[in-house]
Amino acid sequence: MTTLTLDRREFLKTGTIAGAGLLIGFHLSEAVADDPAEEQEKKTPNPFNAWVHIAPDNRVTLILEKSEMGQGIMTALPMILAEELCVDWKMVGVEQAPTNPAVYNHGTGGSGSVSSCWLPMRRAGAAAREMLVAAAAARWNVNPNTCVAQDGGVLHGSRKNFLTYGELVADAAKQPIPNLNTVPLKNSDNFNIVGREMPRWEGHSKANGSAIFGIDSRVPGMQFAVVARCPVFGGKVKSFDAAKAKAVTGVRDVFAIEPVGTGAFTAGGVAIVADNSWAAMQGRKALQVSWEEGPNANESSDTLHQQFLANAGKPGKTVRNDGDADAALASASKKVDATYEFPFAAHATMEPMNCTVHIRQDSAEAWVPTQAPQWAQDVIAGVSKLPKDKITVHTTLMGGGFGRRYMGDFVMEAAQVSKVTGKPVMVLWTREDDMQHDFYRPASYHHFSGGLDEKGGLAAWKHFQTSTSIEAMWNPKGQENPEKSEFATAAFIPYQTPNYRVEYTLAQSGVPRAWWRSVEHSTSGFVVECFVDELAAAAGADPLEFRLRLIGTDRKVPDFTDPKQGKPLDTARLKGVLKLAAEKAAWGSPLPKGVARGIAGYYSFETYTAAIAEVSVKNGVPKIHRLVYAVDCGRPVNPEGIRAQVEGAAIYGLSAALHDAITIKGGRVVQSNFNDYQMPRIADAAKTEIYIVPSKEEPTGIGEPGLPVVAASVCNAIYALSKKRIRRLPIRAEDLA
Amino acid sequence: MAISFTLNGKSQSVDVDPQMPLLWVLRDTLNMTGTKFGCGMALCGACTVHIDGEASRSCITPISAVAGKKITTIEGLSADGSHPVQQAWLEIDVPQCGYCQCGQIMSAAALLSKKASPTDAEIDDFMSGNICRCGTYQRIRKAIHRAAELQSAHGKSA
Repeated sequence: MTTLTLDRREFLKTGTIAGAGLLIGFHLSEAVADDPAEEQEKKTPNPFNAWVHIAPDNRVTLILEKSEMGQGIMTALPMILAEELCVDWKMVGVEQAPTNPAVYNHGTGGSGSVSSCWLPMRRAGAAAREMLVAAAAARWNVNPNTCVAQDGGVLHGSRKNFLTYGELVADAAKQPIPNLNTVPLKNSDNFNIVGREMPRWEGHSKANGSAIFGIDSRVPGMQFAVVARCPVFGGKVKSFDAAKAKAVTGVRDVFAIEPVGTGAFTAGGVAIVADNSWAAMQGRKALQVSWEEGPNANESSDTLHQQFLANAGKPGKTVRNDGDADAALASASKKVDATYEFPFAAHATMEPMNCTVHIRQDSAEAWVPTQAPQWAQDVIAGVSKLPKDKITVHTTLMGGGFGRRYMGDFVMEAAQVSKVTGKPVMVLWTREDDMQHDFYRPASYHHFSGGLDEKGGLAAWKHFQTSTSIEAMWNPKGQENPEKSEFATAAFIPYQTPNYRVEYTLAQSGVPRAWWRSVEHSTSGFVVECFVDELAAAAGADPLEFRLRLIGTDRKVPDFTDPKQGKPLDTARLKGVLKLAAEKAAWGSPLPKGVARGIAGYYSFETYTAAIAEVSVKNGVPKIHRLVYAVDCGRPVNPEGIRAQVEGAAIYGLSAALHDAITIKGGRVVQSNFNDYQMPRIADAAKTEIYIVPSKEEPTGIGEPGLPVVAASVCNAIYALSKKRIRRLPIRAEDLA
Repeated sequence: MAISFTLNGKSQSVDVDPQMPLLWVLRDTLNMTGTKFGCGMALCGACTVHIDGEASRSCITPISAVAGKKITTIEGLSADGSHPVQQAWLEIDVPQCGYCQCGQIMSAAALLSKKASPTDAEIDDFMSGNICRCGTYQRIRKAIHRAAELQSAHGKSA
């Protein structure tokens, strides 16, 4: 059930030590982690060691292998375990798994945690339950089939024969471990935890200040460091004078750290180590350093735009070619052309990057707010030259992730500093560091040509794209197939056409790129759903009816980008969410003067999402009054958590629509903090309603799928209001005028 | 030179650089990490505390400026997490990542101490300095209304 995106994130693994640097490359053999046989072998440890701890007083602690960054996985996965285990949710505690890739699948990304853990967690919970039942049956000397697990205990016959799990666990742990492929799973009709509205498990700690994020790690004797990095991407230290920095009270040490290339992609620089964060920052201000700016010093957003235009003037690499789009366009009864453009975008997690590492002689320990603790462990192993089993990585809560915290760069720096000092040290990033040394959502440029036949059918769809590909940066061979990371659903649209052509040209850039919430879908969803809206307008059709007509019959559209592992797009489910959103938003009904509706429907992370935005424009600023969502993410595990994720994705998507633009000048990022990289504020939050399609399908992703439809539905509403087509983000006042 | 102030009802004295912001004194000197670092420029509100009852951004407040003043942080807002705003936050299940929420809660508590029953517009205005990247704004608004109800019910019963 791995999607291309999840897959790509999962197979970022540490490679071998090559020369002096740590190479983190692509290990394709690691990509088949969802192979049932391999999964089976990996998950055979005793469930009472790996997943379920039961105390004599019946308190149950469930182990969480994924990282909590706000997406609610600390609630959703334990719910699945608890369901099969048949325990009272009130008795459940949750503990983060130790970092041990031999037992756990830690990597958290691609909206894949619930979908990839759904069966493994059910099986682990069921295995533990069956072992408890077997222990009880042995105690009573009865057939296990006559015993029932319920409410944290096992019952045989009358209530007199009831043993609590706490009374049974010591025996249960010695029972044979059931075959996970055949262990009986609960009938979903009997679910009483999965599907319930469950408040966030760690909510209390987040309302009273006791929640510990990475930045809150406190270790006896620890120091705090910041790193002065070359502001130009790819630049490095030419020389520095530490004297003035060292003169700052509290500063203890100042030294250079090397940049690390492919994989870690750190800038290197000068580390300032101090007794507290403030002293380290003051030390950095006092530091005298000059930079070797390197090969990217002339890059700017303008030069990138010129490169986009030059690339668009030539044919690109053929990604997909059904029929003959050019011929069909030449003979189409109506032809529409449109060009869309997106800037780089920063993640801007509220908790700036940080990592605490202590490298000792014979062991190391780290406290890391990370989506990829296994990678953090690899990075520290590489720097410390210690075996991985000597490296304890504590995964902390994260103040936002959105893809940024999958990276190893902030871990690398902390490991490098602790390697020198031998002490526990937190390398803390300021907001400016975070904004200017991110891995950005790629900048891209798209040219579309669409043709309509006489009946209003889609005669041709042609999509040329040029972008600063993620694949080209992360995969050492990515220059050969840079398009791999850039299209997703844009390469298998649900709108039927016999003539479908997709072309791609890589744009070269020194700006680091990576996965930003919803990744390529954030732009693919926008261009596909805005361009189909343009075609609807050209056809004189209602945007909803036009979509439904072009989607047509119920069928499965294969994932063109990953035909083997990608789940096909089910057109019936897509039409389902479009119709549900339309019904709930009363599509077509009158609105107050100056307000209009726009619609978008999209498939990402195996989830179907439709949104209808109600928008007005005042003084060159769009105001989103209401957003109505319909989502089909399979069986809803925690509807409360699903709605929270979609509400959040709505704001993140609004951020992309209204604000997000990282501009480059002189090879560096112009923006530095929330004054020039604006975030939506509370007054910008639309009234958001979310309707979840009831379903018994396997659960699918929800952290990201709410995002791609936001800017598209908003911009389509702006067109409905003003006949202005917004073809570049963020929305600018001049494009509305 | 030692600087003295009242922190969550107890007298506190620290001997640090007088220019050091209150935020870093709380976090690094006193290891009270509930107050968060977000921007360092009073742009995001993650570091919000109460100074003599006023919502203040501790990241730009030098420690010297709080000498003799009463400071309340999230750790001292209530003894047991039972402040009406905290209760409402749990009831509405506001937090996602939770990083900004201590600042949001401190701002909301300051608002309700001045305005027992704020309108949406008043909430939007007062809370405009607190960023939430997870996008919990809709729930924050709802939770402040709920906290106002809880506070009012509490006031009547007391």
